[in-house]
Amino acid sequence: MRSGVVIFPGSNCDRDMIVALRQITGKTPIKIWHKENDFPNLDLIVVPGGFTFGDYLRCGALAARSPVISSIKNHISRGGTVLGVCNGFQILIEAKILPGSLIRNKKLLFTCRETTLEVQNCMKNPFLSGFKIGECLKIPVAHNEGNYFAPKELLKQLKEEGRIALKYSKQNNSEKNYNPNGSSDDIAGILSTNGRVLGMMPHPERAINYLHGGTDGLKLLTNCVKQIIG
Amino acid sequence: MKVIVNVSLKEGVLDPEGQAIKSSLNNLGFEHCSDVRTGKQIILNLDQNSEDEVLTQAKKMCEELLVNTVIENYEINILKD
Repeated sequence: MRSGVVIFPGSNCDRDMIVALRQITGKTPIKIWHKENDFPNLDLIVVPGGFTFGDYLRCGALAARSPVISSIKNHISRGGTVLGVCNGFQILIEAKILPGSLIRNKKLLFTCRETTLEVQNCMKNPFLSGFKIGECLKIPVAHNEGNYFAPKELLKQLKEEGRIALKYSKQNNSEKNYNPNGSSDDIAGILSTNGRVLGMMPHPERAINYLHGGTDGLKLLTNCVKQIIG
Repeated sequence: MKVIVNVSLKEGVLDPEGQAIKSSLNNLGFEHCSDVRTGKQIILNLDQNSEDEVLTQAKKMCEELLVNTVIENYEINILKD
């Protein structure tokens, strides 16, 4: 299992992701600086969270025009797997690798708390295949622009194609505002057309140890690694 | 040539910042203010003399980076001295 974590100026969850992947795979993922477009073939590339380029212009907009993006696109066209978390999700959207848009949280608040995610009845993918439909995962979010927005036709299309992977769930959730950002259809994560790319706002790398308050993030990442190794 | 790009949110896209400003204006006594939409302005200096070329370039910049056309509209104005 060869994995890599992309680092842009302003990424800040890269280290946590590296720790998580090392814990699961026993191997240290390679670090890929955003100006690099020459790195060995990998099984998994993670675009981690952060505030790349200070969130200037739009979150992820400037990072999405970095040289590394074309290599990520090549990796995807070779059938490689990509996980984008939080700002990484925003970057994948800005790079048009995933559709739609992530706009300001409905209540204008930076939201940092645990959320309950529900695995959706979605297409086959290396991230959630193995989980039961409706299974809940407790994974924290920390963002200001995580409100998934897409035109109605696109939402319909995503649903029909089984590309809505994770939703914020009412189940087992005492929070009145189970949806932390107002996202359409409670969407927390979506898949690419081939199911090999997942963008999600919640941070699995922040729930990998009992000291974090839970290990459901570890469960998700471990499942992903297992599915990739096959 | 100076070019002004005005970027605004498309109709139907939630603008919580605009709503917060609206409610603040209402609180200040501007009760007739029924809606506020925010946007941004980007001012570009392009070292080109042909207006057509400047427009073409500015449009390309908008489509490739400056604007997220899923949620935003834009208008380009050339500033004449």
